[in-house]
Amino acid sequence: MAPPRTLFDKIWENHVIAPQGEGTYLIYIDLHLIHEVTTPQAFEGLKLAGRKVRRPDATMAVADHNVPTSDRGRGIDDPESKLQVDTLEHNVKEFCVPYFAVDSINQGIVHIIGPEQGLSQPGMTIVCGDSHTATHGAMGALAFGIGTSEVEHVLATQTLIQAPAKNMLIEVNGGLGAGVSPKDVILAIIGKIGTAGGTGHVFEYAGSTFRDMSMEGRMTVCNMSIEAGARAGLVAPDETTIAYVRGRPYAPKGAAWEQAAAYWRTLPSDPGAKYNKEAHLDAADIAPHVTWGTSPQDVAPITGRVPDPAQVDDPLKRAAMQRSLEYMALAPNTQLVDVPVQRVFIGSCTNSRIEDLRAAATIAKGRRVADGVRALVVPGSGLVKHQAEEEGLDRIFLEAGFEWREPGCSNCMSMNADKAINGERIASTSNRNFEGRQGKNAKTHLMGPAMAAAAAITGHLADVRQLG
Amino acid sequence: MEKFTQLTGVAAPLPIINLDTDKIFPAVYLKTIKRTGLSKWLFEEIRFRPDGSENPDFVLNQAPYRDAKILIGADNFGCGSSREHAPWALLDFGIRCIIAPSFADIFYNNCFKNGVLPIALPKELVDELMDDAGKGANAVITIDLQTQTITRPDGEKVHFELGAFRKHCLLNGLDDIGLTEQKGAEIAAYEEKARLARPWQFGVVRPGA
Repeated sequence: MAPPRTLFDKIWENHVIAPQGEGTYLIYIDLHLIHEVTTPQAFEGLKLAGRKVRRPDATMAVADHNVPTSDRGRGIDDPESKLQVDTLEHNVKEFCVPYFAVDSINQGIVHIIGPEQGLSQPGMTIVCGDSHTATHGAMGALAFGIGTSEVEHVLATQTLIQAPAKNMLIEVNGGLGAGVSPKDVILAIIGKIGTAGGTGHVFEYAGSTFRDMSMEGRMTVCNMSIEAGARAGLVAPDETTIAYVRGRPYAPKGAAWEQAAAYWRTLPSDPGAKYNKEAHLDAADIAPHVTWGTSPQDVAPITGRVPDPAQVDDPLKRAAMQRSLEYMALAPNTQLVDVPVQRVFIGSCTNSRIEDLRAAATIAKGRRVADGVRALVVPGSGLVKHQAEEEGLDRIFLEAGFEWREPGCSNCMSMNADKAINGERIASTSNRNFEGRQGKNAKTHLMGPAMAAAAAITGHLADVRQLG
Repeated sequence: MEKFTQLTGVAAPLPIINLDTDKIFPAVYLKTIKRTGLSKWLFEEIRFRPDGSENPDFVLNQAPYRDAKILIGADNFGCGSSREHAPWALLDFGIRCIIAPSFADIFYNNCFKNGVLPIALPKELVDELMDDAGKGANAVITIDLQTQTITRPDGEKVHFELGAFRKHCLLNGLDDIGLTEQKGAEIAAYEEKARLARPWQFGVVRPGA
């Protein structure tokens, strides 16, 4: 009898074409998502070598990083951003690659539209030139980020040369407390295992917390797998997954649907499947979290304090913490709820779906953004924006003094006009708090959408459970 | 891709743990559609002062490290974003080898695609090389890929491990895509089987979506 296999093992074995020697394999890629930032050099490479895109029918393109989130009709002001988007549009035409145009309701952040359109499905291998491709693991797919040379390789051959990752189980059990969101779950996980905790591994998120979590919640968690070092993070497909995919534009239909769903139900890990590493958390122990430093592993519950480097033994770690606190202009032992913010960003591939907007709107409703705070809400796609407007969420945000924007990566990273200026401190629902990422000298604090809304209302980091 | 056989040069010490690719190459410069000439943005935030002048405290601004060909780094080198612009910028600066106790996966892979050799060594050995790198003009080491040895300034040799396939591609400057195209028949055979087993994954998307 064959040994029990994990979800990752099954997907991996289903996609091996041939061994390449020395533990590497040629694997097939079912879905290739592309955007404007990591493709110009790849398409240029294809042109120079006289190669075509092998499977345009398994490729989907969108512009998301550079697009403005306001006054879209004006086009893109920044000439380099404009050139990059124009280059993508030129390339998709030349190579016949399907593309959601900037003015299409289907346009949005690449990791929002994949699942939303039913493109990202269980059991698939999915790649994109972006490390947050891990998001699609929520569908029970093997999804990971690749560099531009690998993008070129996939475009030309629909394959990749890879060594199989090891399996790491991340089990979380129990119900989430009031005010605790899926974002807090992944922040707690990264805090526990560290920014290199998953290197060389693929995560499987398991346990009752994930069984009970919505698809969008699972996407938030999987999105940040890379911040714990794992290239990919998966949640086994279940009836929640199947119900989510059913009926979406690119989901299989009719007899093909029945065949696909039956296949997806065979994917969860076999009982007794072995993992190389494990981590276990209790959902009851997870409070609303924020980051205080310049690595996603620099997390603390909102009730906590900025740590003290003097308490750190290892000299490199102490130096890193000192540097972080200097950059973040935070004194050791400061209560996190005392930290004022000047900017709030609710958006990004981590938290810009309808459930995220609902969570933020629940906090914003009937309240006002604090004086001196600028707060942006950026829905993840045209479809999310449309749904939010149908539900009146836009009016709630606008009445509270938030700005309501068009879909795009926006303030997550400063590639478009939305950036923190003058070293502002920003409460952000995005995924990275590295130095300078959200603007020159920007001081990023990562958190969930309700917590970000609470920060906007109070003008400082705040415990959403304590809001008056 | 340029072959990598042997490299002799100054090694610069960069003992920053969790050195992320935003630090190596800031996001704002990802707008470039080129892959060459990117060294002007390498480590931009810590290499230059706000007024644009060089930060004299940053190692790569100090002679002889201005000509460094090798970096000695710390744990989890290259974590964060998948941007290949990070190894492109390093290569454009002249750095063709990075030695550290551990690397983030995507950065590690991206290096090989560009003829940059990342070498993972036990921390005790990296610590010794970090000391060597502190020796300024005497911080000259040699990397020999064929024999998989690093020769320290005092002549002592350190062995490193590397997968045979990766070594073969680097030594010969081989293009991944050309190699894969040699397996065209296997790829087509896989597609035929997949088309039968999972027909819903073929012919799904049309241009003009």
